[in-house]
Amino acid sequence: MRESGAAVLDVHAHHAERGFWRTYVFSTDHKMIGKQYLSLGLFWAVVGGLLAHVMRWQLAWPETAVPGWGEVGPETYNVLVTMHGTIMVFFVAMPILLGAFGNFLIPLMIGARDMAFPRLNMLSVWVFALASLVLLVSFFIPGGAASAGWTGYPPLSAKAEYTGVNWGMDLWILAHALEFAAFLMGGVNYLTTAIALRVPGMTFFRLPLVIWQLLTATTLFLLSVGPLIAGAVMLLLDRIIGTHFYAAEGGGDPLLWQHLFWFFGHPEVYVILLPAVGLVLDVLPVFARKPIFGYRWIIYSTIAAGGLSFIVWAHHMFVSGMDPRLAMPFSITTILISVPFAFIMFAMIATLWKGSIRFDTPMLWALGFVAMFIVGGLTGIFNGSAPADIYISDTYFVVAHFHYTLFSSVVFGGFAGFYFWFPKMFGRLLSEPLGKIHFWLTLVFFNVTFFPLHNIGLAGMMRRIANPLEYEFLVPHQWINVVATVGGMLLLASQIPFVVNVVWSLLAGKTAPKNPWGANTLEWTAPSPPPHLNWGETLPVVYRGAYEYSSPEVAEDWLPQDRTLAARSR
Amino acid sequence: MAIRTEAQAIPGILPGKVGVWWFLASEIMLFGGLIATFIVFRLGSTGWHGDAAHLSVPIGATNTLVLLTSSLTMVQAFAKAEDVNERGLRNNLALTILMGLAFLGIKAIEYSSEVWAGYTPASGIFWSFYYTMTGLHALHVLAGAIVNSILLGAGRLRNPLRLELAGLYWHFVDIVWIFLFPLLYLA
Repeated sequence: MRESGAAVLDVHAHHAERGFWRTYVFSTDHKMIGKQYLSLGLFWAVVGGLLAHVMRWQLAWPETAVPGWGEVGPETYNVLVTMHGTIMVFFVAMPILLGAFGNFLIPLMIGARDMAFPRLNMLSVWVFALASLVLLVSFFIPGGAASAGWTGYPPLSAKAEYTGVNWGMDLWILAHALEFAAFLMGGVNYLTTAIALRVPGMTFFRLPLVIWQLLTATTLFLLSVGPLIAGAVMLLLDRIIGTHFYAAEGGGDPLLWQHLFWFFGHPEVYVILLPAVGLVLDVLPVFARKPIFGYRWIIYSTIAAGGLSFIVWAHHMFVSGMDPRLAMPFSITTILISVPFAFIMFAMIATLWKGSIRFDTPMLWALGFVAMFIVGGLTGIFNGSAPADIYISDTYFVVAHFHYTLFSSVVFGGFAGFYFWFPKMFGRLLSEPLGKIHFWLTLVFFNVTFFPLHNIGLAGMMRRIANPLEYEFLVPHQWINVVATVGGMLLLASQIPFVVNVVWSLLAGKTAPKNPWGANTLEWTAPSPPPHLNWGETLPVVYRGAYEYSSPEVAEDWLPQDRTLAARSR
Repeated sequence: MAIRTEAQAIPGILPGKVGVWWFLASEIMLFGGLIATFIVFRLGSTGWHGDAAHLSVPIGATNTLVLLTSSLTMVQAFAKAEDVNERGLRNNLALTILMGLAFLGIKAIEYSSEVWAGYTPASGIFWSFYYTMTGLHALHVLAGAIVNSILLGAGRLRNPLRLELAGLYWHFVDIVWIFLFPLLYLA
């Protein structure tokens, strides 16, 4: 008898028997769904990157037309700011870090044949594709795309006459609603799969850390998005049928949106950060050939940080006009949250201590993440403490801060994972020299682009202004904007080796062996790429934790999770 | 060659149940955010009591009774399913659906009488909250009735687990109303 529809997979759904559509388009295979999320995320990364390029050009040379785009007025600039933020957070970071890596890694690392609810999983990626379509369409409708900032603060977002954008704003809300639905379906799937479908021997404290990070991120998302959905319903009703939730003249309060948005928005940054931290945590020990430092304390720190992330949100609102007495408690919780993250960073560095480090491409990206994220983490302390934040709020210092945290998560963390798992995903090896060129160029030009923004922020340049030359006090600092813009263009150009590398590898790359890096976790026991349902007749059984590198028990310097001590090779 | 593909759920863990509980957790946060917002606004403003007095407590109380009773029949349906009493199961499930629809019907009558009296969602902040909270809840009742109807229409129910999952959701919707009724009608 069937225990439930979810517990038994379709026996007839064997890979070779499926046609093109069921294999590549309407697939229920978690690996294909992960790749679909990856493709959509990369598509949006190109769009978001081009929007950033137009913005940067406008800021460096405000009086000249942007090549290939034309004149950028203040209204267009607002669209650029809004859509760049929206796209990068919700349509690049989420689908790549959570959608792609979550789908690809969770079943493979816990020894499951697929997700707990494969059809729900397919629905998730297609709802996300619909969200993408809605957002894309919003660029081309009368009035253009949303322009009330990626945070969509009312009253700016609540009334069409304030921004001149009507339909674009409604579609923006709709795209978010669809995206949240997609990730709710994905999130329920991730958590259920990891709770219910672990292979025998895979206890919670033998899970690879990236799984812990993905699960914590998913939990944060599930528990924080509700109030924002409620808030979005209220915003839509304010816009469409004239309720007064955010209109002070009708008894509402515009600050309400900021509370609801940031109650979600702050956990959301950890929804992006934690999977990246997890990817890096799983790459570091493989290339240091050493067990991870403080496995359990990393888990406890992650959970602590997740819990604290629910009570820090008002640090985004120190200058919003909320009761100033709230500033101190939220400063304290914000600075407190740096303790567990500092622990994780120390654990990363301690993992390297006395390891025999191999500087392969994934390791370079992982080390890049550690270095760059620490810069972003340190500037976060300035932003989190109210007296400092009141001075730097809404300046480019904040822009520099969150690009050091988010860019390091999505790009450095994401590429660490991408270069590491690419052989497993596609069955081909990437070129190491091209990967290293990609890394070093990205590292250098990332810093050229974003480090100067700290300085111009401290000099007083505000966010979201279309023309810095209109402000006399910024004119002497305009050279900083030019440096950042040139850096930004070179940063975009630095991605060319990546594209070449991937295309070359997919067409003519060397076939990847099962376990090219000598890693311990279960996905490396499956073929590269794993077939539908991942393993053949029998599933692996787990006997040990994920990080037993350089163990004295065996001759090799790795000890896979599915090897018994009886089968030791010495 | 087909691989035997039991997804090896750990014995004693039912994936469907785990999934529904996580879904309900996010639903709790959705209504929790809305209710918390309402309470903060209610505590911080004056003159709401006058608006709330225009709601009809008898109609609200009747609806509360209807919805609570429907939870009882839902539990009964599950109990009959475990006893393999197909007929009792179907009767109780049909009663649950009917009471859900009755709740929606009464709510619709209530809405129209309020709109005729001039109280629309745009009439003030209390009415904005009232229509949004009860409207969102009504959509959930509708969704539950649809889920139950699918179970009823699917013919012989071989697996009581599905009924239990639908029941979890139905009771959740019921509990939300238990918060909404006193907050909106009585407070």
